[in-house]
Amino acid sequence: MTDPRIGIIHERMKEITKIIAVSSGKGGVGKSMVASTLALILARKGCKVGLFDLDFTSPSTHVVLGVGGIRPKEEKGIVPPEVLGLKYMSITYYSGDLAAPLRGTDVSNALIELLSITIWGKLDYLILDMPPGIGDVTLDLIRLLPNTRFLIVTTSSQLAFETVKKFVGLLEEMKMPVIGVVENMKMNNSDDIHLQADKLGLKFLAVIPYDAEVESAIGDAEKLLGTALANGVKKIALEIMVRN
Amino acid sequence: MHEWALAEAIINAASEIADKERMKEITKVTIRVGELQMIEPEILKFALSQTKTEKFKRAKFELQTEKARLKCRKCGHTWFFTKKKIDENEQEAIHFVPEIAHTYVKCPRCGSPDFEIEEGRGIVLQSVKGVREA
Repeated sequence: MTDPRIGIIHERMKEITKIIAVSSGKGGVGKSMVASTLALILARKGCKVGLFDLDFTSPSTHVVLGVGGIRPKEEKGIVPPEVLGLKYMSITYYSGDLAAPLRGTDVSNALIELLSITIWGKLDYLILDMPPGIGDVTLDLIRLLPNTRFLIVTTSSQLAFETVKKFVGLLEEMKMPVIGVVENMKMNNSDDIHLQADKLGLKFLAVIPYDAEVESAIGDAEKLLGTALANGVKKIALEIMVRN
Repeated sequence: MHEWALAEAIINAASEIADKERMKEITKVTIRVGELQMIEPEILKFALSQTKTEKFKRAKFELQTEKARLKCRKCGHTWFFTKKKIDENEQEAIHFVPEIAHTYVKCPRCGSPDFEIEEGRGIVLQSVKGVREA
């Protein structure tokens, strides 16, 4: 007995130059905001970009981007709709506003299904908005898309950074490349996270200050691109375009 | 159609098995089709016939349907999925991602969405038969 979906995933992703997983050890650090803004910025710089929300049980990039009322086209698979210059894919096309109460094996199966039937076409970057922590999606990505690079988001809190240490340790053990770490929603003047990142040999990509304006920019891409968050993410985008 | 993407995956997987087993020709491919995914067998068969490569020239595709058996993790009740109780949009969503059943299907005894899909989820490549190279 063979799962025929696994073998076709490579074929579906073969025209994607780089896959970037926006990850964190803990939830609530701003991954979805960073992932969505990064995708928008790379697209505005003329790159062909896809954004795939892999946080199946708590998706939120559709809220960040203000996406609603659309569905993928069927064409020998499913073709993600173009939203704000991005090819955008989310489980919310199918679950709507309702909960998707999925356990581990269900999450894996849904991920494999979507990877095997989604027709992305040619992309410079596919940005993945990951669920928090080391769970099924992270482990499946490492197994199924071993060329994925990880961008780690943390806050200034030691609680968040402690989980980053474990996460990065696992990625190193599994020989997965880490682009670097971003300190998001910074409210203090300490350079402690920067120093700790240096100690771990992680590239410290940017500091994004806490910006109260971000909340009112949710659902409005233009407003979002004018925030301090977007300024910080621009640095990451440049780093990715130059070095990754 | 979604069936085309699955047909391509089946042909790809069957070809890999044939190469591994040093088959010069594939004569029969048996595919298990779980009822939860609500695949249209005729569309899948047509897509397979259009996607197949030279090695499958004389291959017969056998589709075996498997009922979708669900088991509630909360109360232990076991039941078979039927599409009659859900609307067309919900059926289409489950067709694309069978796990979305957890959004629209509930245990008929206790109403929980926390159930296990014991059998009949989607497509499984059951067997590939062919003629080996001499």
